[in-house]
Amino acid sequence: MVMHMKPCLREHIPSKLSELPEAPAYEAGYLVTKNAGWRSVRPVIDREKCVGCLQCYLYCPDGVIYRKDGKVAVDYDFCKGCGICRKICKLGAIKMEEER
Amino acid sequence: MAAMTVKTLSEDEFFYGHKACAGCGGSLALRIALKVLGERSVAVLPAGCMSAVGFNFPQLCFGNNAIISTFAGTASMLTGIEAGLRARGITDFHAVGFAGDGGTADIGIQALSGAIDRNDDILYICYDNEAYMNTGIQKSSLTPFGAKTTTTPAGKNIRGNLRPKKNMFEIIAAHGIPYAATASVGYLDDYMRKVEKASKIKGTKYIHIIAPCPTGWGIATDETVEVAREVVDCGLWYLAEYENGTFILNHRPEQFEDVEHYLRRQNRFRHLTDEDVQWIRHCRDEKWRAIHENFKEKTER
Repeated sequence: MVMHMKPCLREHIPSKLSELPEAPAYEAGYLVTKNAGWRSVRPVIDREKCVGCLQCYLYCPDGVIYRKDGKVAVDYDFCKGCGICRKICKLGAIKMEEER
Repeated sequence: MAAMTVKTLSEDEFFYGHKACAGCGGSLALRIALKVLGERSVAVLPAGCMSAVGFNFPQLCFGNNAIISTFAGTASMLTGIEAGLRARGITDFHAVGFAGDGGTADIGIQALSGAIDRNDDILYICYDNEAYMNTGIQKSSLTPFGAKTTTTPAGKNIRGNLRPKKNMFEIIAAHGIPYAATASVGYLDDYMRKVEKASKIKGTKYIHIIAPCPTGWGIATDETVEVAREVVDCGLWYLAEYENGTFILNHRPEQFEDVEHYLRRQNRFRHLTDEDVQWIRHCRDEKWRAIHENFKEKTER
């Protein structure tokens, strides 16, 4: 499987002065917080209807829709629930469901 | 060579986990550009939404090298990065800047003009959300006529911004730049083609992309792409390129969509009178008259 570059969640959050770099620079792609809590609705993909046209993947401002087995899936850790994917999908394969 | 499409676009994500508002058009413009340019990109971001949402120490949402510049210094920092890497014998990279409309057309225009004058080998992308959104929606010189911002409020006598949107694309072209283009986050195939094309041209390149802001424009978070298409379809924005001294129109709507529908769906324009809407329609027609006269038509799809 080809690995793709994507910033990812890390466990360690630097908190002590000794852990901070001397220059104002830091490792690229270092994530320590999720965005999932921002969401009141979540996109749910109907994999029966999805034909893998990838328009939702292309137009997602957060890049949380990724290619999977010829179709798409959502990274719910970082989806903000904006709903652009639902509108862009011509097949009606994406529904927004209330977060409980 | 076939143009880049969604199927051939890299699956790498270089702008991920950022704190932009839901439905942010600017973050979409960044994300797609970096996917086209790839990991050998050094991104420069001045003060503005995209630096505020991308660098929240220790959270760094860029997967490539990225740095914050001074507000006015996007282009000069790009110049320095390009010269510095070249001096070290590194050549396989893109120095790319992402500045908002205020950081480009107001605060950063001098540095940008200087870089174009020197023809430094950099790519400058302006994500235009038509006001200083990061600081709470203040007017910039790219705010369109009639738009309500916190510094151009809509009252009984004055109804929002009195000045027209600055013609930044043609100001850049007037420098005799090797390549300039306009784009919209509603038409990403066109944008991807332009970013890819710019990445292969030596010298200064400029892309101006309209990026709706749900927060500042007063639209729902899921309307960003729709509105970004509608602004092109109703003729208030256009998709064009400037190359070898020639303006090229990429897309001519056969019939303009209704300007009024585009305006009324956004809270920032809701106060406009019918006369204001008529004036905006008139200005659009004047603009297109000039486009017909000065732009060649060519579609590369």
